[in-house]
Amino acid sequence: MNIMYFIIQQTMFFAIPLLIVALGGMFAERSGVVNIALEGIMVMGAFISIFFISIFQGTLSGQGLLILAVAIAAVSGGIFSLLHAFASINLKADQTISGTALNMFAPAFAVFTARMIQGVQQVQFADTFHISKVPVLGDIPVIGPMFFQNCYITTYIGVIIFIVAAIVISRTKFGLRLRACGEHPQAADSVGINVYKIRYAGVVISGALAGIGGLVFVIPTSTNFNGSVAGYGFLALAVLIFGQWRSKGIFGAAFFFGIMKTLASTYSGIPVLKDLPIPNEVYKMIPYAATLIVLACVSKNSQAPKAEGIPYDKGSR
Amino acid sequence: MKVKKKVKEENKKLINFSSSVLAIVAGLIIGFLILLFSNPQQALTGFLTILKGGFADGASGIGQMFYVATPIIMTGLSVGFAFKTGLFNIGASGQFTMGAFAAIFVGIKWGWLPGEIHWMVALLAAALLGALWGLVPGILKAFLNVNEVIASIMMNYIGMYLVNMMVVKNIYDQVKNQSMPVIASANLPKAGLDKVLGPNMNIGIFIAILFVIVIYILIEKTTFGYELKACGQNPHASKYAGINAKRNIVLSMSIAGALAGIGGALLYLAGSGKYLQVLDMIAPEGFNGISVALLGLSHPIGILFAGLFIGHITVGGYNLQLYDFVIEVIDIIIAVIIYFGAFALLFKNIIRTFIKKVKEDKSV
Repeated sequence: MNIMYFIIQQTMFFAIPLLIVALGGMFAERSGVVNIALEGIMVMGAFISIFFISIFQGTLSGQGLLILAVAIAAVSGGIFSLLHAFASINLKADQTISGTALNMFAPAFAVFTARMIQGVQQVQFADTFHISKVPVLGDIPVIGPMFFQNCYITTYIGVIIFIVAAIVISRTKFGLRLRACGEHPQAADSVGINVYKIRYAGVVISGALAGIGGLVFVIPTSTNFNGSVAGYGFLALAVLIFGQWRSKGIFGAAFFFGIMKTLASTYSGIPVLKDLPIPNEVYKMIPYAATLIVLACVSKNSQAPKAEGIPYDKGSR
Repeated sequence: MKVKKKVKEENKKLINFSSSVLAIVAGLIIGFLILLFSNPQQALTGFLTILKGGFADGASGIGQMFYVATPIIMTGLSVGFAFKTGLFNIGASGQFTMGAFAAIFVGIKWGWLPGEIHWMVALLAAALLGALWGLVPGILKAFLNVNEVIASIMMNYIGMYLVNMMVVKNIYDQVKNQSMPVIASANLPKAGLDKVLGPNMNIGIFIAILFVIVIYILIEKTTFGYELKACGQNPHASKYAGINAKRNIVLSMSIAGALAGIGGALLYLAGSGKYLQVLDMIAPEGFNGISVALLGLSHPIGILFAGLFIGHITVGGYNLQLYDFVIEVIDIIIAVIIYFGAFALLFKNIIRTFIKKVKEDKSV
């Protein structure tokens, strides 16, 4: 039983950042802008917020500091994503190009700034955020150890983001307009929706969520930030497509990948798997191979937004 | 009529070229500002070091520039070639790594081959394994409609872990946690170039240039290349015209994979003391290839010069470390150049108005 609790707790650490970032990607792509820059925005959000933690951890600590850091990650991610929005919406640039530029810029900027300011590229921070047991809730049998012990507040932030995002995209006026801009911007424009504004909103939301995702990825798994989020932005892109651009699908895909990844990194603690004569690397490959196979099975009828990746030009109606 | 068309074509080329140059200038200016901001005293010296790049240390610097440029020209060709068919090959990293492994494996284990063809067989093996790694996303895209970006990203990770496993199993140097050195006959011939242009110089750059020419002919002068471009520009129209789009997607991805794989071989068979490290890290050369392809506007000749340019300022970045600067400033400059490259439309309009103005002035 303990092993199962451990696996579930670990799954959260892998799945929640993917969930948050992929939801961010959903807002950009459903509004019609491909955001391949998620990786770079994650790096930027993680770098600035962890730098903030490392500076202020003398005066602040615990959950208050973490929540402030989450807010800073969101703001920095949102601002950084404006560059992508400007290029792809105003200048009608190729969205892959500006996304690639952001992906390249962020880690270089993080390492450059860290080394220029503090000499080494790792930004250290003390982990004062770990919650060994949530009061009251942590004592509930079965559910308590699964979700409310040995955890981080970021897990709950992730779940809240999921619920809010799911409601916003499918139950609000803004969500409907956003989806309309991604499917048929000309039609949306003809009924008085400002396509440019909506797309800006989509990209900035995706930037804010990706920024948070970067921080959420680093906090539980490390005590320093080294200018990289290990390709999680690209994986989030895969989760987004795997989840067919729908919030529920993304939720399922993120946890599917999270569980696979957890099994790959903790298999040596699971008696049945440990005894199998399979090399370590094969386990590490499984999440990616499984995603590929699942994609091969479900991609035939892709539900990608129709106007995705196409700059909107008012004149070309 | 024909003359007029030719003039237009030339104008277009000029405009494309000058918008790339404008992007480079913008990138360099921002790079200079960053240097100025972080260390004002040495900013100018540092900036000149970047500009001098490979030309700072005489002939060996040029050799170093060729050495850095060779693999990214190949991955750039790989990405650019797939772009022509409308495919985004973000998997050049995985193909590069697979190619590198194949080349090293042949280089170590197949010592029975005659010395003259040993390195050629190693290159061929690299091309084959790279092609295989491009083939998989190609097939998935063509027949199962799997997004090639995602499939290639997955293949990057699978390739990285697979290569780590195979290196450890077959050709492992336990002490250094890397692959063993290859037999000397598997290294690319130096052809005496190392005496002129420094120890890392070999015929690799010429092999890369050869592939630039081959790909140029393939894209511009053959029916197959025309079909590929047609598929990239308008899949529906090309399907209507009877072009087999599925076959073209698979072939395009396989050729792209082979090019990236050869890139891996050219780097690891250079005899420069570089070995495959057993690390959980995706090869950066593939992502640099994306930059090279974008900067070179996916045109083979453009890619050649873009690769040389990035090699040039990367060598400048190594030298920059003499002046208390961090080498990452080079990546920042390249990122800014690419970002401004995305502004091509804007730049092109500016240049077009400029050309028009000049012409009007002349006619007045």
